[in-house]
Amino acid sequence: MHISPVLWQFLVKWLHASALFPAEASTIAPYTDALYFFLLLITVIGLVLVGALIFGFSIRYRRQRNPVATQVEGSTLLEATWTIIPLAIFLVVFVWGAVLYFRIYNPPANSMNIYVIGKQWMWKAEHPGGQHEINSLHVPTGRPVQLTMISQDVFHSFSIPEFRVKREVVPGRYSTVWFNATTPGTYHLFCTQYCGTQHSGMIGEIVALTPEDYEKWTQQSTSGMSLAQNGERLFASMGCNACHNGTAAARGPSLAGVYGSHLTLSNGSQVLVNEAYLRDSILNPSQHVTAGFAPIMPTYQGQISEDGLIDLVEYIKTLNSNYRVQQTYVTSQSNQAAPTTPSEMVKP
Amino acid sequence: MSTAPIAISNTIVQLPDQTTATLPKRNYINAESGMLSWLLTGDHKRIAMLYLASITFFFFIGGAFAGAIRLELLTPQPDLVASDTYNKMFSMHGIIMIFLFLVPSVPATLGNFLIPIMIGAKDLAFPKINLLSWYLYMIGGTLTLAALVLGGVDTGWTFTTPLSTHYLNTHVITAASAIFVAGFASIFTGLNFIVTIHRMRAPGMTWFRMPLFVWSNYAASILMVLGTPVLAIALVLVALERTIGIGVFDPTKGGDPLLFQHLFWFYSHPAVYIMILPGMGVISEVISTFSRKRVFGYTAVAFSSVAIALFGFFVWAHHMFIMGVSNFSALVFSLLTMLVAVPSAIKIFNWAFTLQKGSITFETPMLYAFAFIGLFTIGGLTGVFLGSLGLDIHLTETYFIVAHFHYVMVGGMLMAFLAGIHFWWPKMTGRMYPESVSKLSAIISFIGFNLTFMPQFILGYLGMPRRYHAYPADFQVLNVLSTAGATVLGVGFLMPLLYLGWSLKYGAIAGNNPWQATGLEWQIQSPPLTENFLVTPIVTQEAYDYEWLEKKTKQEVTTVG
Repeated sequence: MHISPVLWQFLVKWLHASALFPAEASTIAPYTDALYFFLLLITVIGLVLVGALIFGFSIRYRRQRNPVATQVEGSTLLEATWTIIPLAIFLVVFVWGAVLYFRIYNPPANSMNIYVIGKQWMWKAEHPGGQHEINSLHVPTGRPVQLTMISQDVFHSFSIPEFRVKREVVPGRYSTVWFNATTPGTYHLFCTQYCGTQHSGMIGEIVALTPEDYEKWTQQSTSGMSLAQNGERLFASMGCNACHNGTAAARGPSLAGVYGSHLTLSNGSQVLVNEAYLRDSILNPSQHVTAGFAPIMPTYQGQISEDGLIDLVEYIKTLNSNYRVQQTYVTSQSNQAAPTTPSEMVKP
Repeated sequence: MSTAPIAISNTIVQLPDQTTATLPKRNYINAESGMLSWLLTGDHKRIAMLYLASITFFFFIGGAFAGAIRLELLTPQPDLVASDTYNKMFSMHGIIMIFLFLVPSVPATLGNFLIPIMIGAKDLAFPKINLLSWYLYMIGGTLTLAALVLGGVDTGWTFTTPLSTHYLNTHVITAASAIFVAGFASIFTGLNFIVTIHRMRAPGMTWFRMPLFVWSNYAASILMVLGTPVLAIALVLVALERTIGIGVFDPTKGGDPLLFQHLFWFYSHPAVYIMILPGMGVISEVISTFSRKRVFGYTAVAFSSVAIALFGFFVWAHHMFIMGVSNFSALVFSLLTMLVAVPSAIKIFNWAFTLQKGSITFETPMLYAFAFIGLFTIGGLTGVFLGSLGLDIHLTETYFIVAHFHYVMVGGMLMAFLAGIHFWWPKMTGRMYPESVSKLSAIISFIGFNLTFMPQFILGYLGMPRRYHAYPADFQVLNVLSTAGATVLGVGFLMPLLYLGWSLKYGAIAGNNPWQATGLEWQIQSPPLTENFLVTPIVTQEAYDYEWLEKKTKQEVTTVG
């Protein structure tokens, strides 16, 4: 028999290249798959049961075999059976799913942090060591990696099917997701939230490297400036150090060691200082006034890009003492006092 | 007229002698003539027919978009249309199918036609509001077409902010106002049903003697009346944000972009029950009639409709598990989602056990009903995958979602709609549809449907995101299968249009009660009189009382003979 070559190729391709479920490349994946296969089993059992009832009754009680129907009201026992058993199964699924959810969304304390910015229509990844990537993300295997993500415009969603993780990337708010890659390789990165014209072009690759390869990669791809160093520059150039310099007369609170601490605000509430809080208090300072200080800080809404905010946040996170802040401040003051450069001098 | 045949055939159809049978001289169709008599009618049956024609029109427009989408996805490259066009196509497909087809499908056509007759009333409580509802629907439909003709809209049917408010330069306001107006059509329909069912039941028609179709439409009406206004509010806010920038959803102005999704899903989740509940009512009627047996556990089925309506309002945030809602609210919504799955399971088993000890025949409506049960079981159980928090993370926003809701909405609702249309076609038109070709179309639809959407479950687990114009080449095989299935499905849906149209003129004369069904609508002539009943019926029997029907038929025969 002659099979059309196109159809033949299609079948061969189907048998060889089409997986029925994606590779398991993170520590989470086996857990997700376990629940998936459990639910598949439940579905098949449910379908077989319903099918058996429908077909069984249809054959047994078809008109030719059973010309006269016997009227039955119902049965409380049966009703209770098919209320309680599905409910019990669904509750098991609920608990199982909830445990998995908390496992996927609660990062371990020792995870390394990478920032991700989503914008129409690309992904930017910023490593603390100053590696910048677009539409790709290099991560080491065998180590928990946390992504702190934000969108510059609309909703996006960061999805790595092979890791079974996904999280919405929201404008104006940090969201986080974490994973621990197990197998080195290149995996799909998708934006799964519809975000406009090039939605399907907002894809990239996740490159999972062995720790040694990752080390090599970080050294080769650094821009030379870590995020915190960028942040320090920005901190000085925006004039943040004029108030946040930790001197006795400073008009703003000292930022050394503030990250991770509990802060009392002027309205009496207690907050934990994390990335989201730092970002928010730069953009909406009047909402987050530290107790004992006047609400004099202007908003920086629209003046700093999300990249810049990440740099600042990283800088403040690493700030242990105010020594360098004060040094920069004094230098900038003395710069202002310095005589103006002759106008004919060529600018660098 | 002969008595029930003693020789057992594999059908329960009892048609009058075709050589002498005629349509009733006076009926709602020929009561008045002229275009105006239709456009200004107050008759719920005529309004139902107006609705039927209009939703069929929009169904095929929405279907054409679905076909174009599947054709584009035949290849991984974005080669058939531009990305913007593709985005407009799936947006239009969603908007038309949901707001202009699924929401009004069963309630506004079959419900409009049958609810007054089923409870023994002459019309709905507010005939003019009923007509107004159709006009609002048509205005909504026209505005949608206007948005389409002017250049389309590419928000998706979900209108997610800030994309819809700040980033798109298409006809968002036109499309939003279309849905806003069409929403009022559904509010008015719901209001009419609620009042009619409360106030206009015939003497003796107690709540627990009502057919289950009435119960399920009642539950859906409550959802329409309470849910739709929230959608209207959400859309008005989108329009205001777009035009004057009020900033409710804009984080830079102190707004919350997630608020929109809360408002939107507060309607749009109950909306899936607005769509599916009336369909479930159809299935109860069909299964009972073709197994000649009362519905197993009538009260359980009735109350499960109400339970679905009630729980349905408190599960909306399960669309937002990955959006950064608090972990604990996610827990609560997941739990409630599991609870709302139970009444659906109850219904499935009650339908299955209705067959037990019945005397079953397999006419077209019954085939569609079987397709419904199978496909809805899959659709429902895959909903449990998505309601389960941890698994939802991987599955949401992928083709798994697409497959899931098409199993519920097309496999469930559309099959139920077709079951209902075939079942009541003889009553609505007085003529039978051709049986064998319609059975064929039911089977074609079933096969085509599974071929279209089963591969999408696998695609979803593989991670293929929804609303993608282009996709990695490793997903192609499954997409080719899906597109092939869509072609078969298209044939399955076009066939009824053709043969039902044909039957309007050439179908066999149906007579009053071709199925030997028990509902009040089957005890009057087909097509019915404008006033439905010559004398208000006094109801002494429960719904699905086949012994009562047998006695009544015998009496009629003796008096005539």
